[in-house]
Amino acid sequence: MALNRIFDIAGSAMAAQSTRLNTTASNIANADSANGDATKVYRARHPVFQATAQPNAQPFGELLSEQRGSVGVAITGIVESNEPLAQRYQPGHPDADENGNVYVSNVNAVEEMVNMLSASRSYQSSVEIINTTKELVSQTLTMGNS
Amino acid sequence: MINDPFANHAQALALRAERNEVLAANIANADTPGYKARDFDFRAAMAEQMPTQRIAVAVTDDQHIGTANTVFETRTALAYRIPAQPSIDGNTVETDIEQAQYADNVLGYQASLNFINRKIRGLQLAIRGNS
Repeated sequence: MALNRIFDIAGSAMAAQSTRLNTTASNIANADSANGDATKVYRARHPVFQATAQPNAQPFGELLSEQRGSVGVAITGIVESNEPLAQRYQPGHPDADENGNVYVSNVNAVEEMVNMLSASRSYQSSVEIINTTKELVSQTLTMGNS
Repeated sequence: MINDPFANHAQALALRAERNEVLAANIANADTPGYKARDFDFRAAMAEQMPTQRIAVAVTDDQHIGTANTVFETRTALAYRIPAQPSIDGNTVETDIEQAQYADNVLGYQASLNFINRKIRGLQLAIRGNS
C-alpha cells in the first residue's frame, strides 16, 4: 500500500530535519567559544542531506510494484565549516597563546538562525503530511462502515 | 452498474495513493541539494487504467486479428517538474506548489472514497429493501 510508504518518507525527512536543528543548536551554543590553539576551536557543523534511492524514469507498471525504494532523506555526514576563524587579542584569556591571541569559532549566527527557521518549517510540513496520511488511511480502513 | 459497482474508483484510489507518495517525497526532499521534484500526469495515467469499451469481434479465421483484452498496465512515467525559481544547489522542489498539489490529490482521494462509500450504502439498501 503506497500510503504506508509515506510514513517512512516523511519520517526520514523529520529525522533529517531534527538532526539539522540539533547541529544548529550546537553551533549557536558554541558560537562564542574561544581557544588559543586554532585546531581546538569549535567549528560550525552542518549536515549533508541526500535523497535515498531516487527512482529513474521507468514505466508506471514497474513503478507500482513494491520493489521500488521510497525516496526519503538520509544524512550522509556532518561537515565542519572551513570559514576562517576570527583572531582576537585577549591576553587575560586563560587559553590565550604566547602573543595573547585567542581564536573564536567561525559560527555565523545569521546563517544559523536561517537554518533553524528553514528546518522547523520543513519539519512542520512533514508532520502535516503524516497527519493527512493518517487520516486517509483511517478513512480507507473504515470504508463502507459509514 | 451492479456488475462493476465501484467503476474506476478503485484504480483512482491506487493512483492517488501513488501520487501522494511521489508528492510526499518531493516535500520531504525540499532541502536536499540536487533533488529534482517529480510528478506524473494523473489524467494520462487514469486514462490508461480505464478499460477500453470495445466490443469483442468474433475471430472465425486464424488470419483474423482479435481485439485485445483490457490491459491494466500503464506506461505513464514519472516526469520532472519544471521549476519557476530553480535554486542554486540544483534542488527544484517548490514547497508551496507541492503542498497545493498534495492538498488537491488528497481531496481527489477522499472524493473517490466517498463515491465508493455511497455506492456501498446504495447496494446495502437495495439488498435489504425497505427496512
